[in-house]
Amino acid sequence: MISGAQALVNALKREGVKVCFGYPGVAITPFYNALYDTEEIRHILVRTEQNAGHAANGYARVTGRPGVCITTSGPGATNLITALATAYADSIPMIAITGQVSSELLGHDVFQEVDITGAAEAFVKYSYLVKEVSDIPRIMKEAFYIANSGRKGPVLIDVPIDIQNNMFEEYEPGEVSIRGYKPTTAGNPVQIAKVQKALEKAKYPLICVGGGVVLAQAEEEVRRYCEKTGIPVVSTIMGIGVMPKYHPLYFGMLGSNGKPYANRAVEESDVLVIVGARVADRSITVPNSDEKDITIIHIDIDSAEIGKNMGATVPLVGDAKYIFRELYDMAAKGSHDEWIAKLQKIKTTCVDPRVFHNEFVNPCEFVQTLSDKMDEDGVYVADVGQNQMWSADNYIMKKGKFMTTGGLGTMGYSIPAAMGAKLADPSRQVVAVCGDGSFQMNLMELATIQQHDVPVKVVILKNGYLGLVREYQHNVYDDHYMAVKLDGSPDFQKIAEAYGLPYYYVERNEDVEATVEEFLKTEGSALMVCRVYEYDQVKG
Amino acid sequence: MRGIYYVTVENRSGVLSKTAGLFARRGFNIDGLTVAETENSEISNMTIISTGDERTLEQIEKQLNKKVDVIKVRRLDEKNCFEREAVLVKINYTRGNRREIMDVCEIMGAKIAHMGAQRMVVEYFGHPSEVESLINHLRPFGIQEVSRTGTLAMQKEN
Repeated sequence: MISGAQALVNALKREGVKVCFGYPGVAITPFYNALYDTEEIRHILVRTEQNAGHAANGYARVTGRPGVCITTSGPGATNLITALATAYADSIPMIAITGQVSSELLGHDVFQEVDITGAAEAFVKYSYLVKEVSDIPRIMKEAFYIANSGRKGPVLIDVPIDIQNNMFEEYEPGEVSIRGYKPTTAGNPVQIAKVQKALEKAKYPLICVGGGVVLAQAEEEVRRYCEKTGIPVVSTIMGIGVMPKYHPLYFGMLGSNGKPYANRAVEESDVLVIVGARVADRSITVPNSDEKDITIIHIDIDSAEIGKNMGATVPLVGDAKYIFRELYDMAAKGSHDEWIAKLQKIKTTCVDPRVFHNEFVNPCEFVQTLSDKMDEDGVYVADVGQNQMWSADNYIMKKGKFMTTGGLGTMGYSIPAAMGAKLADPSRQVVAVCGDGSFQMNLMELATIQQHDVPVKVVILKNGYLGLVREYQHNVYDDHYMAVKLDGSPDFQKIAEAYGLPYYYVERNEDVEATVEEFLKTEGSALMVCRVYEYDQVKG
Repeated sequence: MRGIYYVTVENRSGVLSKTAGLFARRGFNIDGLTVAETENSEISNMTIISTGDERTLEQIEKQLNKKVDVIKVRRLDEKNCFEREAVLVKINYTRGNRREIMDVCEIMGAKIAHMGAQRMVVEYFGHPSEVESLINHLRPFGIQEVSRTGTLAMQKEN
């Protein structure tokens, strides 16, 4: 006989979990007690529950398997909600285990009780409130399967403390069989053939890649296909990293914060393939196919995404990796020289109207230098705000990984996510880039980094403002800067000292290269502040 | 446009709120909702009536399909399906109008389920438009209470 808590831990072991992130409280102590004797799983104690979720998110994005986070009941569980919503919006596989008050007290509003499955319903792919201890092995197996198949996402398992303590005869869970959950992975061959045919006939074909390509680990397949056929590519913010930045077929990130020439490419195309993207308001403004003669092909693992935000001429449901392998086999070698030349011309005529103040560091050049000097397979985690847009726009992709929360835009994401990424693959260099606003949302995780010896480099692009909102107020509200000035921020050098981190500072363009080199070479974690002019803009 | 969904779901606690929550969250209308266990106690059936443009009605079907607890969603063809509702109507009556009420019930095919000293309860099962019509005919007599189910629906031929 084993306890429910032991069964939870055994299930994590069975799934090959090596690291989990959490914050204990009484309602989850049986689980922690079972973890006490478990050498196979390392537990990272974060400093607030939301960051357990973001760290699990970063871990998942590097390993391709669900990240695991654990919190207690009540406030521990509600603190996790933003991280669940973040993972849900970006389709990141995650398992959240929350403690709960004793079963017989459920609904009595006792100490630290919240209906977390109810509260989180809109932000999880699925959730369980465990009522029978003997269900645990089955539920855990299902949860990992649901989280990491089809359109990925977070799964929440709420376990009352008495269920964690109850004893039962453990069993091997059988194969997962859920009547209502059978995700489509192989694309319909008729539709795939239709897609290929449309692309063959196209004069101005364009492929727009989204985060779904990264989640399907289909980067290589998409790249190979484009190279074989000569079809150019643009990307959403979540699709950054699919194409190397200087690839001759790559025309940048589109959207309201993207490159104008990427948006122009969409307008000029006659067959547009959107793969693994939600077509959300910030990214793609698709020409209305009723008004313009354009064929829109939408490829997604989630059939509900197709037709949600725009109509598609050819819908294709399935896994991007599978579909692009099939397309590759069907396609003949080709090129679109005239079309590429046209796009190149558009690109050269799009001049950047921005002027960066030369008293301080040009953030665009900084990101280029930083990402260029990082290890080839390094992981770059961008936070949210101007730092994110400058990062997305200038990150030099080689063989590394670019991570950010493009879906929910959760400030404070970068440090915990970077921590998770580093623990997922300690051989890779990991750098978190944030602003002085987002840094102050999660700087407490510097303690976690130190406690658990997770060597992560943190960069703050400091401009003393909540920059992206300030820029918006500049553009829309006649410079009525309201609640955006970050007066009262601490001395970041002292913060670095307080947490025992080496500190670097750069404020002039000519010092960037040397400082970045030194910063990246530092053993262990380090903090670097890069001073940026207050009124530098993301958009011209 | 009107959408009629015949939804087979796992008979578990929380499934109704998860499904109804989906409608609220995504701004879909629920014009009618009925739920009950089927012949198999592990499975329930929901009939959901909604309105919206074609894209919305298609989204409803897709979003319902995404729910792990939803086993199957069928959008029924309005012209080729049965729709039924049940209703209980409590009315005050007098010696003067009793006969008239009974006539209405007889013509409509409704049944008097209970008859007290001053009040009676009329029961009826039929197409939603007939239920509506019965209520309209009884209204002049002074309706005390109406308890009405949502619409049940079933495709005539599969």
